[in-house]
Amino acid sequence: MAETKTFKVFRFKPQTDKKHRFDTFKVPCRPGMTVLQALNYIQENLDGSLAYRSSCREGICGSCAMHINGKYRLACETQVSHLSASITIRPMAHMDIIRDLVVDMTPFFEKLKAIKPYLIPGDPDEGAERIQTQDERAYLDYIVDCILCGACYASCAVNGYDDEYLGPAALAKANRFLMDSRDKADEQRLALVCDEHGVFRCHTLFNCQTVCPKNVDPTANIANLKRQIIARQLNPKFSKKGI
Amino acid sequence: MITSDVIVVGAGLAGLRAALELNRHNVKVAVVTKVHPVRSHSVAAQGGINAALSNHPRGKFDSPELHAFDTIKGSDYLADQKAVLKMTTEGIERIYELEHWGAPFSRTEDGRIAQRPFGGAGFPRTCYATDKTGHVLLHTLYEQALKFEAASERADMQIFDEWFVTRLIVHNGSAKGVIALNINTGELEIFAGRAVIWATGGSGRVFGRTSNAYINTGWGMCVPFYEGVPLKDMEFIQFHPTELYTNNVLITEGARGEGGFLLNNKQERFLANYEDSAKAMEMAPRDIVARNMQREILAGRGVEGKYIHLDLRHLGKKKILERLPGIRMHAIHFAGVDPIDQPIPVAPGQHYTMGGLDVNLNTESKVKGFFAAGECACVSVHGSNRLGGNSLLETVVFGKIAGEYASAYFKDGGGTDVPVIFLNQILKEEEDKIIRLLESKGKENHSAIKHELGDTMDLGAGIFREARTMNASLEKVKELKERYGQIGLNSSGRIANFDLLWAIQLKGSLDLAEVILRGAINRQESRGAQFRTDYPMRDDKNWMKHTVARWKDGTIHLGYSSVDLSLHKAKKRHY
Repeated sequence: MAETKTFKVFRFKPQTDKKHRFDTFKVPCRPGMTVLQALNYIQENLDGSLAYRSSCREGICGSCAMHINGKYRLACETQVSHLSASITIRPMAHMDIIRDLVVDMTPFFEKLKAIKPYLIPGDPDEGAERIQTQDERAYLDYIVDCILCGACYASCAVNGYDDEYLGPAALAKANRFLMDSRDKADEQRLALVCDEHGVFRCHTLFNCQTVCPKNVDPTANIANLKRQIIARQLNPKFSKKGI
Repeated sequence: MITSDVIVVGAGLAGLRAALELNRHNVKVAVVTKVHPVRSHSVAAQGGINAALSNHPRGKFDSPELHAFDTIKGSDYLADQKAVLKMTTEGIERIYELEHWGAPFSRTEDGRIAQRPFGGAGFPRTCYATDKTGHVLLHTLYEQALKFEAASERADMQIFDEWFVTRLIVHNGSAKGVIALNINTGELEIFAGRAVIWATGGSGRVFGRTSNAYINTGWGMCVPFYEGVPLKDMEFIQFHPTELYTNNVLITEGARGEGGFLLNNKQERFLANYEDSAKAMEMAPRDIVARNMQREILAGRGVEGKYIHLDLRHLGKKKILERLPGIRMHAIHFAGVDPIDQPIPVAPGQHYTMGGLDVNLNTESKVKGFFAAGECACVSVHGSNRLGGNSLLETVVFGKIAGEYASAYFKDGGGTDVPVIFLNQILKEEEDKIIRLLESKGKENHSAIKHELGDTMDLGAGIFREARTMNASLEKVKELKERYGQIGLNSSGRIANFDLLWAIQLKGSLDLAEVILRGAINRQESRGAQFRTDYPMRDDKNWMKHTVARWKDGTIHLGYSSVDLSLHKAKKRHY
């Protein structure tokens, strides 16, 4: 039942290679096989030096985002049978290459840190749980599903020319905390995303929305941050509960 | 050389919680982890975390004592009872703490943390965030780590991610740090500290059919084992009843907790036909449900002869989307089935390692200054069978305790000094080992050995065990170990050499497989997750004891230790 497909895989070792190349591998593909399993096959049987990250193989750890046939996807959630007979794989863009498909995600995580990605509550942490209604919690649906895979960041055209642009994941995370009923740091958070490399740099191209494997929809999150900032400028008494 | 007060190895829930505790005590900590913290396997936990919060209308009379009793009974009485009570008591605080730190738990109608029924539990006490509880908890702890990494009023907390630990440094019987390989440069480094906390998770990839991530190779448990920390109760392997038939991705027990049915090829809820699950049905503990599913499949009543149907259709679209969105996507991605319209094909598979590094209820081991918490450790709170929802609880409760005790050990002086010359000598030994492996030109392919190991463990150490097949698997493991000596690497560079990493880790998988099999062969009884067709009864007279494996000069020696039975008498289990 195995159908052989051709994988063209990006190869680059910055220390020794002047230029990247694409290596071609023939992989027998069983029904149900994922792109990650195909990469495993290559590493185990054809070329052990192929470098890529992997861990959970079920779309929750965020290790294996890469550019597969024209789109950023998680290799582990992508069925080979849904792709053409020839499959081209590239690393994520806007980040330095460590080797082959492994990129240096430091800038991605540094930008995440810049938005203070943790709950800032108004009251001390004591006693039982805070009350949060089901509707308040429902606002966080999908936003909290972000796995920090970086697909949005790599797909974002703005990240391509503005090194300091915070990018879709960090901004979505800022909105995740802003809209959490337990968080009491609205002004501080909005100030962090309001500068020239923050939300207003977003051109609303919907790339991040298109590629996000978890339906976090960073575009909508960024739009909400913009709305929150503008509404406060128009009406100093504005409260996020009003929306 | 990188120095810190305490070194934490692993950055899943247990490791991060330990690091946060050290930080709270103003102790300098370096966290060393082979993957970025959020890639740790804690992220894949789905169904929830147990604590007697009494938020569910049916859980009004729940208590830490009742939670402890359910856990002890679930363990088939092999858990250490005071340790269990400690976990269920302190667990409540830990859950509130996670909520205070921002964990987005699902909510009840009155806005409290939502709880759902889980197997083997007297009350609905599993707190959850849809079916992505591990994911939200791990991200919450990572967020707290980022907060305190940046906080200048406390001692340093530094996370070294993509550093692979090759060796635990033990000097004069005390743990003094680790040697780790920077994956992205290929360079080895000494991490020196006064104490070491181990939190490297489970070892499911010793088996072939497992829900575990690729990274759970067993290497994490073996590194301290080689340096004198014993492994306890390794024969007790949990087989989760509902792993996706196609690729063993976990389908949460929460799917049954929310009301899902298990059906055979006659569309019967067959659990009613077995004495030990007739009453609790889908809410019986994992060992019992997994066995009865396997019996149906063996009796030819599996769907297509191979698997069981997990039917959620009667729950309705709304409930599935609200409470089980993650496993719905798993079924769609990996089995081509939408649970709203079709039943999910599932079968039991390896899921959890009840055993682990031998520590007491304060996470201390017999090696001074070495502490362990989470799945890599065996306190023991799970005994021979873990209840769903108790593993996440164990990580945060004992992660915190490990941080607390390691802080105290450090503040107490942290043992004797270790000479730098000794550290450098160990570094040299590790460097030589890496070079030997990189230059190895043997004919054996280590990936092929890994797959054969998985197959032989599935066959010999599965749900139903008997001396004959286990001995055959043990012989096979010995053969594979010999072949491991003849491997050749396909990649010789130092930078991001994953071929090298997998090859190193395979040694751990092979040694662990031998520990598992020998413990299982020796234990001539059926208890919890170990079912011996040749010894089908529990034997409290001879086997109410923990297996303790030690590593001496490259060979494995088995011994036994007593079980703490101070709270409840052992009884026969029915659900």
